[in-house]
Amino acid sequence: MTTNNETGALQMGTSADAFQFLTFSLGEEEYGIDILKVQEIKGYMPTTRIPNSPQEVCGVLNLRGAIVPIVDLRRKFHLEPAEYDQFTCIVVVVVQEKVMGIIVDSVSEVMNIAPSDIQPPPNFGYGTTTSALRGMARVNEKLIILLDIDTVLLGENSATAIAA
Amino acid sequence: MNLDMTMFHQAFFEEAGDLLAELENQLLLLEEKPDDTELLNTIFRCAHSIKGGSATFGFTEIAHFTHSLETLLDRLRNGKMQVTHPLSQLLLESLDQLRSLLAAARGETADAPNSEPLIARMEAMLNGVAPVSVAAKAPLPDAAEQEECLRHCVFLIAPGRAVLQQGTDPVALLKHLAAQVSNFTLRCRLSHLPQIEEMNPEECYLYWEAEFDTRLPDTELLDIFEFIADESELAITTVAGIFNGMQETAVPAPEHEHAAETAPPSAPTENAASALAKPEAHTLRVSTEKVDRLINLVGELVINQSMLNEAAQNFHMGRLPQLMEAVAAMERASRELQERVMAIRMLPIKHAFGRFPRLVRDLANACGKKIELKTSGEETELDKTVIEAIADPLTHLVRNSIDHGLETPQERRLAGKPETGVVALHAFHEGGNIVVEISDDGKGLDRERILKKAIERGLIQENEVLPDETIYNFIFHPGFSTAPTITDLSGRGVGMDIVKQAVVGMGGSISLSTTPGEGSCFRIRLPLTMAILEGLSLLVGEEVYILSLTSIVESIRPRSGDLRLIAGTSEVVQVRGEVLPVQRLYQYFGVKPVITDATKGLLVIVEYDGCKVALMVDELIGQSQVVIKSLETNYRKVDGIAGATILGDGRVALIIDVPGLLRNMSRRSQLLSAA
Repeated sequence: MTTNNETGALQMGTSADAFQFLTFSLGEEEYGIDILKVQEIKGYMPTTRIPNSPQEVCGVLNLRGAIVPIVDLRRKFHLEPAEYDQFTCIVVVVVQEKVMGIIVDSVSEVMNIAPSDIQPPPNFGYGTTTSALRGMARVNEKLIILLDIDTVLLGENSATAIAA
Repeated sequence: MNLDMTMFHQAFFEEAGDLLAELENQLLLLEEKPDDTELLNTIFRCAHSIKGGSATFGFTEIAHFTHSLETLLDRLRNGKMQVTHPLSQLLLESLDQLRSLLAAARGETADAPNSEPLIARMEAMLNGVAPVSVAAKAPLPDAAEQEECLRHCVFLIAPGRAVLQQGTDPVALLKHLAAQVSNFTLRCRLSHLPQIEEMNPEECYLYWEAEFDTRLPDTELLDIFEFIADESELAITTVAGIFNGMQETAVPAPEHEHAAETAPPSAPTENAASALAKPEAHTLRVSTEKVDRLINLVGELVINQSMLNEAAQNFHMGRLPQLMEAVAAMERASRELQERVMAIRMLPIKHAFGRFPRLVRDLANACGKKIELKTSGEETELDKTVIEAIADPLTHLVRNSIDHGLETPQERRLAGKPETGVVALHAFHEGGNIVVEISDDGKGLDRERILKKAIERGLIQENEVLPDETIYNFIFHPGFSTAPTITDLSGRGVGMDIVKQAVVGMGGSISLSTTPGEGSCFRIRLPLTMAILEGLSLLVGEEVYILSLTSIVESIRPRSGDLRLIAGTSEVVQVRGEVLPVQRLYQYFGVKPVITDATKGLLVIVEYDGCKVALMVDELIGQSQVVIKSLETNYRKVDGIAGATILGDGRVALIIDVPGLLRNMSRRSQLLSAA
């Protein structure tokens, strides 16, 4: 999995070819994450709540014997909570060797996005941090928000501060 | 092909470690039975295998040292020397030296102590019995030396051309030689063969190279060829450095450079005992029998799986019983597989007991007591990690028994007991746990002195009346020592406290019983494995939590009068006169409660480190063995949670961390009382 990450970084730095992103929807918006971070996609299933943990951490799940924490991205982004339905998915990602799951409304597709189509994240002005954003991409008149999933889940620079 | 020897080093270290342990046991036995030749042979074989291995893998220092040891052992084996106390002491010290050399070779310690002094002492020991001339520096060993050592020789036999004319048959001589030695191989050399037209049928052109193992000195071998010696070329070379673990082979000529040196004073044995602590090995040796069973089981599993496949394809309701049967078979096989895989990690506890004979011997010498060590139940199996973790606490307890428990021979005589005290180690299974008992027949614990000390340290009030058990348990308090003098062995008041911590840290418990004048007995109760926990699953709200069974004292349903609120905040319950704090788990874990009335729920009383707390839960579900999984692998440490496990239905349940929970509660109540 690490090697995947490394090759991903390599492509980003050197190749002018398109990157592949997994896109998913959350509320009205469409988001994308680097496909190389994704381990698998599962349908929603109930989790076991962990006491005394941040509210966006729904709980843990048994993923073939491994205990995997699940983060609800809606709660993480302070969106309105939604009912979990048959479209709700858990995207299992590998961030800094930790396996974690994120709950999204629905998974859309795997998209090739050329680096030239990616614009740097907008500057919202003083006090707003945009480091979790890798950029914005316009594909077929749709705006896709590209996330740096490591920063989203682990925070700015510490692996210990999971969604803290 | 370039063979990388380093990849076999680990195997050599493990093997050498085993051999050393074996060697140690045998040496200790030898002290009791100095005339047992079988024992001596075993000892010799151990040393020999170590030498062979170390030479093969290029640890020349070890090989060199073991070689000297082997020479000494060989002398013993042949009855040329007697096993005396100084000699066995020297052998044991050599063993320690070998350990240090191995540790250095493994890279654990920077430098091994110099082995020359010990080698010199061995030489001195050898020479003290059978003086060997200093001239033995000659390349060939002298006859006396050779006679005992099995050597591997190459004998070049080139008879003169005229031997046949003289009526001597070289083949008959070679046959004679072959009959006297072992592992005989013969190669015929043809290089002296002339062209066919020059050949004289009555002349011998052939010569031979014989290779064999022998104990005979060169002179005796040469005697065989005496009749042809004058005109023949005969040369014997002793091949050094070919080692083979199984067969006894060449021993290079020993050099007696240190013959004149006097033996240095013996090193203190105390170091030896502490050096016994083995580093944790990260490999596991499994008997082939266990592996074979696993392979059988996997085979069964594959068959079951194809049965299932078959039953699932072309399925119709009429075949339901078949399907159910296949599922049941699959379940049986997989459960057995799980048990067997767990069993791979299980080792007999003798691995932990193995260090004690030596320890007891050294300690007995050091404190002038006569001690017999009895062990039983060495075959009791428990998890490798538990065995590794239990070794140190056990050592502590044994030292304690020897130092404080057992009396000196004079005291024992006065008390009407046999002079030799007994320290017994006993291991057995008891209800999913393993129990290790360390008992002695010494003077027992001094109740009055413990009581006095406890009062001194302000643990109890002067005129408090306490059950004996409570008093004796004070010795597990940090910094509590009743030893009037601090000895080298124990008495610093750190021992028992650490023992208890270690045992509790493994999920076990320790208790003791003692009778004044008759001895004391410590009982350590341990889980069979640290990866599996005997748990009680319980319901809090709609969530399932697991409590370790070892921490549970009892569970009760309180009556309405039993619960009280103290200062409006802290809830307590009265159980048979004892007042215990109550922690409602739904509050602690922030679970949406289903039952808030304690009289409708249950109180599970848990204990840790003498502290009891009543935990309020909704319902008990049942007892089961659960596999502990870490939350930290992918998440982080969670307060009050020791880990997670996967339930039968695939859901995750959290395991309650009782010590952590109690710590948190006491911190909170301190905060409350401070506020």
